Amino acid sequence: MHMHEFLAKELLSRRGVAIPAGRVAATAEDAQKVVQSMTPGRYVVKAQIHAGDRFANGGIRFADNAGDARIAAAAMLGKPLVTRQTGLAGEMVRWVYVEEAVTAITNLYIAIAVDRAAGEIVALGANVPVDDGRVGAVMDRGQLQRTAIRIEDDKAVADFAGLAARIAPATVSAAELAALIERLANMLIEFDAILIEINPLAVAPGGGFIAVDAKMTVDDNALFRHRDLASLRQVDANVDGDPTELQADRRHINYVALDGNIGVVVNGAGLALATLDALVEAGGRPANFMDVRTTATSLDIAYAFNLVLANKAVRAVLLNVHGGGMQRCDTIVEGMAIAMRRGNRSLPVVARLAGNNADFARDRLKSFGIKFVEGTSIGDAARRAAAMVSKEVV
Amino acid sequence: MAILVGPDTRVICQGMTGHAGSYHTQRMIAYGTRIVAGVTPGKGGQTALDLPVFNTVRDAKAATEANASIIFVPPATAAAAMIEAIEAELGLVVCVTERVPVLDMIRVRQALEGSKTRLVGPNSQGVLAPGVAQLGVMSTVNARSGGIGIASRSASLTSEVVAQLTAAGLGQSTTVGVGGDPVHGIDLKSCLALFLDDPDTRGVVLIGEIGGTEEEEAAALTARLKPRKPIVALVVGRDAPRERRMGHAGAFMAGSAGNVESKIAALKAAGVRIAPNASVVGETMRQALAATTAIPA
Repeated sequence: MHMHEFLAKELLSRRGVAIPAGRVAATAEDAQKVVQSMTPGRYVVKAQIHAGDRFANGGIRFADNAGDARIAAAAMLGKPLVTRQTGLAGEMVRWVYVEEAVTAITNLYIAIAVDRAAGEIVALGANVPVDDGRVGAVMDRGQLQRTAIRIEDDKAVADFAGLAARIAPATVSAAELAALIERLANMLIEFDAILIEINPLAVAPGGGFIAVDAKMTVDDNALFRHRDLASLRQVDANVDGDPTELQADRRHINYVALDGNIGVVVNGAGLALATLDALVEAGGRPANFMDVRTTATSLDIAYAFNLVLANKAVRAVLLNVHGGGMQRCDTIVEGMAIAMRRGNRSLPVVARLAGNNADFARDRLKSFGIKFVEGTSIGDAARRAAAMVSKEVV
Repeated sequence: MAILVGPDTRVICQGMTGHAGSYHTQRMIAYGTRIVAGVTPGKGGQTALDLPVFNTVRDAKAATEANASIIFVPPATAAAAMIEAIEAELGLVVCVTERVPVLDMIRVRQALEGSKTRLVGPNSQGVLAPGVAQLGVMSTVNARSGGIGIASRSASLTSEVVAQLTAAGLGQSTTVGVGGDPVHGIDLKSCLALFLDDPDTRGVVLIGEIGGTEEEEAAALTARLKPRKPIVALVVGRDAPRERRMGHAGAFMAGSAGNVESKIAALKAAGVRIAPNASVVGETMRQALAATTAIPA
């Protein structure tokens, strides 16, 4: 779960990391009021989306007074913001964060992250801020310093002093920087985060550090240990966009909406990726990614089919099931039958059934009275589905 | 022979008294796997599936001389179960559990350092050596004993590829699911090394997907060892949407690595044969073996 900047900063602040004075606002009027409550100076109005690269795209604007803040907020709120990290559709801006602008004598980069290849937590730092999405470039230039972190009794243990000494400019207290990095590392462990990134970390004229921007990603698999954060995820899904994926998740379905016209139902993530590849290779356009997890019941699968049927763009369904030890073919077919009987939409179906109970599933599908074309392999099924749709268009 | 398991593998099941543990233990026993005990804290002294149940892995090992464990324990306690098995010095631990927290897996990786344990998973279908042992939840209907090793990041594609290999007349020495989680136990590269050392494995199939650098690491090992055994790779997810939200964290360590193109380029450059799509993996291996055996020794 990616946390909005204002939530990440709230958590940082609670753990003793300095942040600029600021508040979140949902309307331009609120943004104006926030500034009116602040000390005179310069302000920043920042679009709250789950993606970086905001400044270059008008998602971060400066304001010299409350009126300017109102105009800046009005320019962002209720509109999608497109950046290099959002995709072409952009992300809807529901909130802006209004904070006092920070004067910095220099800016640093600090991140605590899970390094999946090494299977460890690392602290990363540089004596320059990193342009969003360009961490790799900084690494290539050798400016990003790194140290491995161990978890001992739920505390972060690492050579924080050594890392800080390599990053800190002469004007900065390396000991204070080390303490800050250690604090962030402990926060990562406390909140089961997989990333905390402070970019930039401003060094204030009087000394001391201020987190000017903050990214925090919490491990979805650990939300059972963090009920308060888990409820945020629900709010986010309801308010911030399409709650379909989260609803599907509760039904043991991994679902991602795509922009094509062939609905795809597959068991297993790898097989689902392979099915999308085959469909695109055959000239088809998938309407969704779907991985029915092994724990899904036939009613969950019926729900999954309803998601596909509810998508008006879908002109055909490609069912690719390789029955395994945990999820048998017939369970999936049963779910499909329930959905198609209940639903008021009939779509052509290409089914490819293999593995555990494939023959049984084939008979079940027939006995349910569902018409389907059978594919002999993943590729064959994908070609048939793609042909069905292209024929219809012609 | 197989990798990771053999006729001497004696297995305990952690979480055997639970629903999934009980069901799959029966399947594994029916397949011929030597399951010797179950472990469920608080249920020590009981009997389940005609097997003794112990409170701890250490007790179970002492009483049964077990050398392997398969874990069916819910996500919240799966890491503790893995660490317990590692500390009891079992040689092989297979964890099936899905959705184990990432930081828990980092704790497990710390426990693995310098240990005597090889961990498979979590979020893995397990290890199958056809005709020898099944430590996992995979379907066995299409598996046949033979000379092809499979190391895979996907359970469903492993089933698919097993069926294709068997249809092509190629049995399997061992299939290993390394698991779908970002931080896990044994990786593709380590499985590949074991297969290359196994005299009964004649060819290796690697099944990869987007994310991480395991395919690149397997490619680097191949380039270094220049094995005579043919290696075939399938890497899926070419047309998956870029997970833009994950992109930043995912791209963090890997730079440009992680997409299908870079993985395939690395594998190809190392001399690995690429299966052009998921439907032709068996056939690609059949051709690769034919080409290899055509060369005089």
